[in-house]
Amino acid sequence: MRPLRDIAVVAFGQTDHRRTSDELSEVEMLLPVLHEVLDRTGLQTGDIGFTCSGSSDYLAGRAFSFTMALDGVGAWPPISESHVEMDGAWALYEAWTKLLTGDADTALVYAYGKSSPGSVRDVLTRQLDPYYMAPLWPDSVALAALQARALIDAGETDELALASVAARSRASATANSHAQLRGPVPQGDYLVRPLRTGDCPPIGDGAAAVILAAGDRARELCERPAWIRGIDHRIEAHSLGVRDLTDSPSTRLAAERAGAFERPVDTAELHAPFTSQEVVLRKALRLDDSVRVNPSGGALAANPVMAAGLIRIGEAAARVHRGESDRALAHATSGPCLQQNLVAVLEGDAR
Amino acid sequence: MPEVLKAPLVVEFPFTRSLGPVQSAFLTGLREGVVLGVRAADGRTLVPPVEYDPVTAEEIRDLVEVAPTGTVTTWAWNHEPRRGQPLDTPFAWVLVRLDGADTALLHALDAPGPDAVRTGMRVRIRWAPERSGAITDIACFEPFDGAAGGRPTGHDGRFDDMVTGIVAPARLDYVYSPGRAQSAYIASLSERRTVGERCPSCRKVYVPSRGACPTCGVATSEPVEVGPRGTVTTYCIVNIKAKNLDIEVPYVYAHIALDGAGLALHGRIGGIPYDEVRMGLRVEPVWSEGGRYPDHYRPTGEPDADYETYKEML
Ligand SMILES: [Zn+2]
Repeated sequence: MRPLRDIAVVAFGQTDHRRTSDELSEVEMLLPVLHEVLDRTGLQTGDIGFTCSGSSDYLAGRAFSFTMALDGVGAWPPISESHVEMDGAWALYEAWTKLLTGDADTALVYAYGKSSPGSVRDVLTRQLDPYYMAPLWPDSVALAALQARALIDAGETDELALASVAARSRASATANSHAQLRGPVPQGDYLVRPLRTGDCPPIGDGAAAVILAAGDRARELCERPAWIRGIDHRIEAHSLGVRDLTDSPSTRLAAERAGAFERPVDTAELHAPFTSQEVVLRKALRLDDSVRVNPSGGALAANPVMAAGLIRIGEAAARVHRGESDRALAHATSGPCLQQNLVAVLEGDAR
Repeated sequence: MPEVLKAPLVVEFPFTRSLGPVQSAFLTGLREGVVLGVRAADGRTLVPPVEYDPVTAEEIRDLVEVAPTGTVTTWAWNHEPRRGQPLDTPFAWVLVRLDGADTALLHALDAPGPDAVRTGMRVRIRWAPERSGAITDIACFEPFDGAAGGRPTGHDGRFDDMVTGIVAPARLDYVYSPGRAQSAYIASLSERRTVGERCPSCRKVYVPSRGACPTCGVATSEPVEVGPRGTVTTYCIVNIKAKNLDIEVPYVYAHIALDGAGLALHGRIGGIPYDEVRMGLRVEPVWSEGGRYPDHYRPTGEPDADYETYKEML
């Protein structure tokens, strides 16, 4: 379905992602990124029609932590604002629907996550079902490892192929000054077998921001807007034992609804924190070797939890802005073993 | 720049959760050593059972018993168990399809090493010695040499004394750092000074500063010492004694605009009968021995501040 209004990503900014950022509060980490996207468009905080953010109290260890970050967007006098306790890609989805309604012509979307204060493997267990799974404390690496084993048993990959996904991602990241892991990174020891440290994302802190604009406003703010041709998100059963872990039907359906299969894409930014998840996503999205996958290095190079999905949309859009892509796919995920998936298709005007 | 502060922060909470009819039957069953699944619209038996059909979203509650033996559908070797996990010795995470079920249950498998585990291997439940009606009533799985064991009794999920709720304790450990601006504020307090930051755009002084002006959306950095004296802008009278708080009620809790600050802090007012506290009262901080922030504020004896001087900070 064609959107009711043309809406584009007109600016993208992100922090350098690092293992720790003790010296910065969340708002201190976020502010430079907010100013980067505002400066890029010439907008002031007061010009923004709608603001939406993604973050998690469980990372911060504090209730309503996002309210502190609001200091960075000039929230007084009162602004039109919303927050999702999820990756910022879902905040972008909310902002996109807000712009579709015509209530606003511009939107600021930001997301941030500091994994350094806690243990993100343990923190993420708290998003699991509280009756059957959470009391066992299965950490995020363990759940990804179950999926990796299922793929290996199904003959869809092996440990060598997974290592090559990691190597390719981190080689691509050498061109990304914001990435946390770049260049040759040892594949390392098993963390939870069959996944080695090299198959897993770095743990780190970071933030990202995007500005969306509708129609002519987008053309005023950006030389080559990245038009969102379609965006959709789908979910599958939370329980891992109900799902076929070697496939991602929710990604496929979201991609179909976003129009991803109507014409080939030249670039795909996939939110695959674990090497094995890229195998699943490539299959679900029918990506062949003609598509440049994760030129930024992807989540294997930098994985600020709650921002990494928004960064995929931002990276895809930035390639359109720079004229390096004409039609790009961006994907974000949330939940254990690719439970929830969002797909966006971005296009630049014909050149 | 003062050192950025860090301190351990533990967030711990017992989540009390009620169970619906299906989860109640399943967890009661575990207490009694019976494993129950639920029949879905397509005829599949789901274990662990859910209340709504994953395909049709219709409510389901047709409970059926399955065997305590099953087959590993996928696994992952965990050589470094973490706090709270089922076993404290190296183990395999497994998804197990119990005999009679069509879906798999997540749990731990006690095995001597990764070479002893494979997809398709046969396993059986090792029950916890003491059971209360929780997923941890299954201590873990263990390798099992046999095709069919522990024949189900045909239980229909009706028990006396049903488990209707669980308490799921959660604990997460953090090392909290308040960042640059708040560290500077806390460091100033240790010298019995109060330091805020001025916004470069609107010139307002924020205390404590969080590093950004919420009106202008810009970073603040210029340190400004404020107080020590200030003005009560508004207040309330507290009549309920808080647990673990050694303060006689009633007492007054107030917003206090320190001289030079652009917004009010809050603090307790002492040294004056509670019913004589008023807007505009001039106060100063009182520090207790070794206190890390003012214990309370007391009247300075100055004439009350004019309303016009603090009305912007109400
Ligand atoms: Zn200001």
